[in-house]
Amino acid sequence: MNPFENFRIALRAISANKLRSGLTILGIVIGVAAVVALMAVGQGATSGITASVEGMGTNLITVSSGGRSFQRMAGGSATSLLYSDYEAILATVGNEAAVTPYYAGMASVKNGDRTASATLTGVLPNYTRVNAYSLASGRLITDQDNLQKSRVVVLGATSAEDLFAGLNPLGREIQINGKNFSVVGVLEAKGSSGLTYQDDMVLIPLQTAYEVVFGAQAKSRGKNTVSGIALSAADADQVDLIMANVEFTLRREHSLTLTEDLPFSVSSQSQMLASLTNISGTLTTLLGAIAGISLLVGGIGIMNITLVSVRERTREIGLRKAVGAPKGVILFQFLTETLTLSILGGILGVLIGWGIAWGVSSAGLITTSVSSEVVILSLGMATVVGLIFGIYPAYQAASLRPIEALKYE
Amino acid sequence: MIETENISKTYRLGDTKVRALRKVNLRVEDGEMLAIVGPSGSGKSTLLAILGCLDVPTKGVYRIDGQEVMRMNERQLAAIRRKKIGFVFQQFNLLPRTSALENVMLPLYYSGVSHRARQAKAMEALERVGLAERAKSHPNQLSGGEQQRVAIARALVNEPAILLADEPTGNLDTHKGAEIVAIFQKLNREEGQTVIYVTHDPFIARHTRRIVSIQDGRIVRDEPVEHPLAAGTPRSDDILGESLSTTVEEDEEAGS
Ligand SMILES: Nc1ncnc2c1ncn2[C@@H]1O[C@H](COP(=O)(O)OP(=O)(O)O)[C@@H](O)[C@H]1O
Ligand SMILES: [Mg+2]
Repeated sequence: MNPFENFRIALRAISANKLRSGLTILGIVIGVAAVVALMAVGQGATSGITASVEGMGTNLITVSSGGRSFQRMAGGSATSLLYSDYEAILATVGNEAAVTPYYAGMASVKNGDRTASATLTGVLPNYTRVNAYSLASGRLITDQDNLQKSRVVVLGATSAEDLFAGLNPLGREIQINGKNFSVVGVLEAKGSSGLTYQDDMVLIPLQTAYEVVFGAQAKSRGKNTVSGIALSAADADQVDLIMANVEFTLRREHSLTLTEDLPFSVSSQSQMLASLTNISGTLTTLLGAIAGISLLVGGIGIMNITLVSVRERTREIGLRKAVGAPKGVILFQFLTETLTLSILGGILGVLIGWGIAWGVSSAGLITTSVSSEVVILSLGMATVVGLIFGIYPAYQAASLRPIEALKYE
Repeated sequence: MIETENISKTYRLGDTKVRALRKVNLRVEDGEMLAIVGPSGSGKSTLLAILGCLDVPTKGVYRIDGQEVMRMNERQLAAIRRKKIGFVFQQFNLLPRTSALENVMLPLYYSGVSHRARQAKAMEALERVGLAERAKSHPNQLSGGEQQRVAIARALVNEPAILLADEPTGNLDTHKGAEIVAIFQKLNREEGQTVIYVTHDPFIARHTRRIVSIQDGRIVRDEPVEHPLAAGTPRSDDILGESLSTTVEEDEEAGS
């Protein structure tokens, strides 16, 4: 009895009992498809978050107002992050990191009837580089723009689309709080991240933001404030040192002792990445557990079908033994049959799970990713489940004397 | 040649024991055709299953061509069932959703015969039972008599030394039953096939050359048939009456 012959018998048994085979496969298909799809969503979310954080720029450190204490809410005097803080930080760590301040605020950004839903951000020339944006067309904000408080604007890819709907925005005018600005540049799209809308961007010179758009709103006790300061360390190893220097500088600037809470947050991208990866790792584990349960449910489905057909199959095994089939050959034949069904069901399940993941991706919900480990794992589990539930009843039947198996009720 | 020496079979159902066979001695030469008769529950099926190596006796010795069956392992037993025995069941036991031809091919899968040869042999066996033209039909498309003929073809396909049939006509009407008996007679007369069948019907039994009667697990009588009936002989009260009356007479003799 060669394996090919065995495979032929198995195929005949499978095709002769299409309903039974179909139901058996169905259990595996549902289990495997659930595992593949759920894990694809989990892993896709994880890598999407990771990519978006990494996309913010490598070695990024952000300083923002609103630290660990809630002085503003507590009604204490608001401590704002000042433009002078930026200058002090630049003086301290300017050699080890690119430093860029920005002021972001709400403003109406229009091109006729069209509106961009972005916040307006006043920036210096190196803002785009520190935040790892690149230029698609035109030019960036320059020092000259800041000196002259020019009414120029650089748009993110989505904002350009919002305002111009495919037309080339370069050289055209948009209205910011009713004032005309001319578009000088458009940024390259960073892609969707699932975390922030990175391409919703309306950048103007920082000085223009202070003097032309926001005015007193951007000032605290007569001094220009900033929403945040971004630093990009030249060397990843220096991130911690730079952060310490930044904190030290901020304490000095605001006359705070070491024991007082810093009213600003100084955080690095790697800290953020770590906590986000942690969260999405938990998410993936949770989804994996749900998927495992579906596979178990699929296994129980297979078991039910096997139990329902065990009477007929026991008689079949009895008959095969009666006509002279050795026990080993019968078991090998059932093994082949179950393996064929499990693998077939497994492959179908992977394809369907993949299809669901693809559907989720193309519906724009979340960018999923199907990993080969998950595919191999779920195929393996499907096979094991199929084998256990398929072979065990066959083993029991084949251990009976033919006459007992034939009389089996 | 098969031979049993004091074989007994006891079933245990909880505390009660059912003694289905008690010290049965039976010897059947090659080329014989015989019927095993007896009332329901007398142990006929039990004996036949043991003869067909589908079951094992609790005690005693069973030899096929001098080989002791009880001493064989699983693999050797399978080989015996495959090579020496063809078994026909009262319930036909055909695989559902599987064609007649494939059902007949089943024993050949385990005999190392090539696919082509399997088909040819199975076709030939179907021809021997007169069913070649129904090769593609599935069991549910065949009448009871046809299903039993497929089962006989399956039993014949490995050219076994012994053909065993447990109430092969039990589920069939008189006419279909006669067809089955005719096939057995033809196999025995023309090919020298050893045929043993179980029946509770004395008329069917009289188509063989030897009748073994069992009661309560014992062989109570073992006698030749002077004039075996030809298949198709009408079932007349005379014949039946004659055979029944002899049975009664001899039973009384044995009892006295
Ligand atoms: N598997 C079994 N378990 C218990 N008792 C059985 C079993 N098979 C048969 N018997 C009993 O053994 C006796 C003989 O049965 P059987 O050989 O089937 O008789 P027959 O075929 O002559 O009608 C009966 O009393 C029957 O109830
Ligand atoms: Mg019986």
